[in-house]
Order: sequence, then C-alpha cells, then structure tokens
Amino acid sequence: MTIKHHLNEKLLMSYAAGILPEAFNLVVATQMSISDEARARLASYEAIGGGILEETEKAEMSPNALEDVFEKIKSVKTKKFNAPKMVEGVFPEPLKKYAGKELDSVKWKNIGRGVKQSILKTDKNASARLLYIPAGTAMPNHSHNGLEMTLVLKGSFHDEKDLFKRGDIEIGDQDLHHKPTASNDGPCICLVASDASLKFKSLIPRLLQPFFKI
Amino acid sequence: MLELSNCINQDFEVFERSSKLPVFSNGILTKVINNNKINSTDHWAKCIILISQEKDEEAFSSLFAHFAPRIKSFLMKSGAEATVAEECAQETMVTVWHKAHLFDPTRAAASTWIFTIARNKRIDAARRNNRPEPEDLPWGHDPEPDASDIIIIQEETTLLAQAVKDLPSKQRSIVERAFYADLSHQEIADETGLPLGTIKSRIRLALQRLRHNMK
Repeated sequence: MTIKHHLNEKLLMSYAAGILPEAFNLVVATQMSISDEARARLASYEAIGGGILEETEKAEMSPNALEDVFEKIKSVKTKKFNAPKMVEGVFPEPLKKYAGKELDSVKWKNIGRGVKQSILKTDKNASARLLYIPAGTAMPNHSHNGLEMTLVLKGSFHDEKDLFKRGDIEIGDQDLHHKPTASNDGPCICLVASDASLKFKSLIPRLLQPFFKI
Repeated sequence: MLELSNCINQDFEVFERSSKLPVFSNGILTKVINNNKINSTDHWAKCIILISQEKDEEAFSSLFAHFAPRIKSFLMKSGAEATVAEECAQETMVTVWHKAHLFDPTRAAASTWIFTIARNKRIDAARRNNRPEPEDLPWGHDPEPDASDIIIIQEETTLLAQAVKDLPSKQRSIVERAFYADLSHQEIADETGLPLGTIKSRIRLALQRLRHNMK
C-alpha cells in the first residue's frame, strides 16, 4: 500500500529508541503493519540502535548465564513464537490486542453529531482511541497542547491542506489548528493517540472535553 | 508459476555449490554466505540463520558471548539495575533463539534485530505491558532474497553505526541518550541540536536499500 503521510524523523527515532508512550507505540506499530514503506523508514532508524548496541562496552554476565539461558530455552513452549499471519482487514495485527478482532466488535460511544469513539486501554502517559466520523462530517475545529497522531484505518479525511487515506498519519502539535472532515464517500475510522487534551476553539466542545475524555 | 520454479532452481544450483542452504520456515529461500569475504556483521547474521535452521548451539554460544554482555551493559545504561539487566539480557537471548526463524537478513542486520528485541524487553520490564510487536510480521511482499542483499544490508548498518560515531559530540550524545531512554520523546521533539547531519544521508541510503529489497 502506498501511503503519503509518514512520521517525521524525530518520532521515528523516538519509536526506534523505545521512548514513546504506549498509545503512540500502538499507532506507529499499526501503521508499519499497513505499510512496508513505513516499516522500512523505521528500520533505518532501528539500525542506529543496533549500531549503538554494537558499540556498547561489555558488562560481565553471571558465570552460569549461558547454561541458564539454554535451560530457559528448553523450558519455553515454542508455539507462541510463530509469526502472526498478515490478514487484510481493517485492524492490523498490533491493534487487535487493543481493539478486538474486528470493527464489528468495537463498543462505540456517541459523542455527538454521529461521531463515535472507543477508548483503548493503554498506560496513562498518553491516550488512544478509535474514532468514527460519518461521511462528510467535520470534527470540531481544534488545536493541540500536546502531540496528537491520527492514523486512518478506513475511509479518508481531509483538512484545509491535505487528504489522508488508510495508512496515512497526521501529526498534530501546538502549531496545527485544523478541522478534519471525513470524505463524502463513506465514514472515516481513525486510530488517534494524544498526550494532552485537545483545545477546542468553541466553548461548548471544551465543556464536554473532560466528560468525553477527548 | 514457471518463473517461480525457475527461481527456486537457480537457488538450488547455488545450494549445490555451497555447503549450506538454509530454508526459512516461512518458505523463504536464502543462502548462507560461505565465502572468505564474511565480515563480522555477516557472521552474526549467519549465526542466527544457523540457529533457525539447525538449532546450532555453537552458533548460539558465540552470538551469546558477543551480544549478551553488550545488551546487559546497554540496559544498565538505560537505568536498569545489574540484576534486572542480567535477567533482561538473558530473556533477550532466549527470544533470539525462539524467534530466529523470523529474522530476515535482507531487512535488518543481526545487531539491529537483536537491538529491537532487547528494546522491547526493556519496555516490557519497565511497564509490564504487552507491547505491540509488528517486528514479527512478515513483510508485505514475498521477497526473493539474494546473497548480495544480505551483505549490503549488513554493510549499510555498519556504515550507519560509523556515521553515528562520527557525529559531533553534542548530536551523538542526543542520539545515544534517546536510545538509552534517557530522553523523553518531548525532549527529542524540542531538541534543536537535531537534524542529524551526516547520518541522515546514511539513513537515506539504508532506506533505499530496504526499498530495493521490498520489490
């Protein structure tokens, strides 16, 4: 799948280094399961980690470490190390652990004007949720006081500048004020992670914010 | 179909000439590079393939001697206590054994692949959660691996590591601290000492190579 909107280099490096909160990890992992190109971009940053590991001076292992490891190898059931199968569904493999196997099994909550969301359980450093936006519907105009990643899973949305399709990631930060709108040809389903609440420009959505956890 | 069988036959010709042709359990044919040009990075890739194909304990032992002490040290630099780092390094090597068949030498150097496993162990240990591990997924297109793809990807990684070493000390320290989990992603985002100069061109080359191997 050819995607147009990728992560920036700082986020790629942060994922490769393993320092992103779980919610962002989930978005990145999901994107790289959709797109080999995204995965290749990431792999070139992970190679930096490999290089740093190679350059690290040795620490002494315990005298029996190798024997202990062989012992552990023999005691582990190997079945769970099979590669997951690539299945062309809406939810790529990493997302299934959080959102369930299929779209149909998601428990949605209405948050107004046909927009629905489902909060996914991650650690508290950032939050992740699925968002369902009906065709042609706009999200409230908002800006961000933290980092927000929006990955399209199904359908597409556009903001003032660009169109985002399945596999595309939009990165929102303090500088981005936007009004994403689902395309007219069908609902748009996104995976969204953010490490701060969104700032809505009008008063009412802001009052709803703590209530709806967006 | 005809093309496919031709391709397999060609691989088998190589097999006749070299002593070993491991077959990945997921059906990918690849060649262990049995020639005198093997450098150290190819060597470790070869060890992982031998573990995957032949449960080769000797190959594992040499991989262990090289990587386990480095993983332990890497984890200690990431803030882990010695006992936790030891445990995590051992767990990483156990996983290396069990996941050896998922290692794809046309996509990653041995050090890169082992790093990602160690990194995921570190995250699990810190958070006690299940990290999504897309690293285990097969890539989207059926690869037709070639010995030269393997050598080149390993070499690219060596050159990239060298480029990181050659960075001005401030930039180098930012990169290292990120990988030692000593900086948060916000700190990386706010960091003005990046972009990374010379390593960016190396990353571009590594990416081109990976793209080439995707076709």
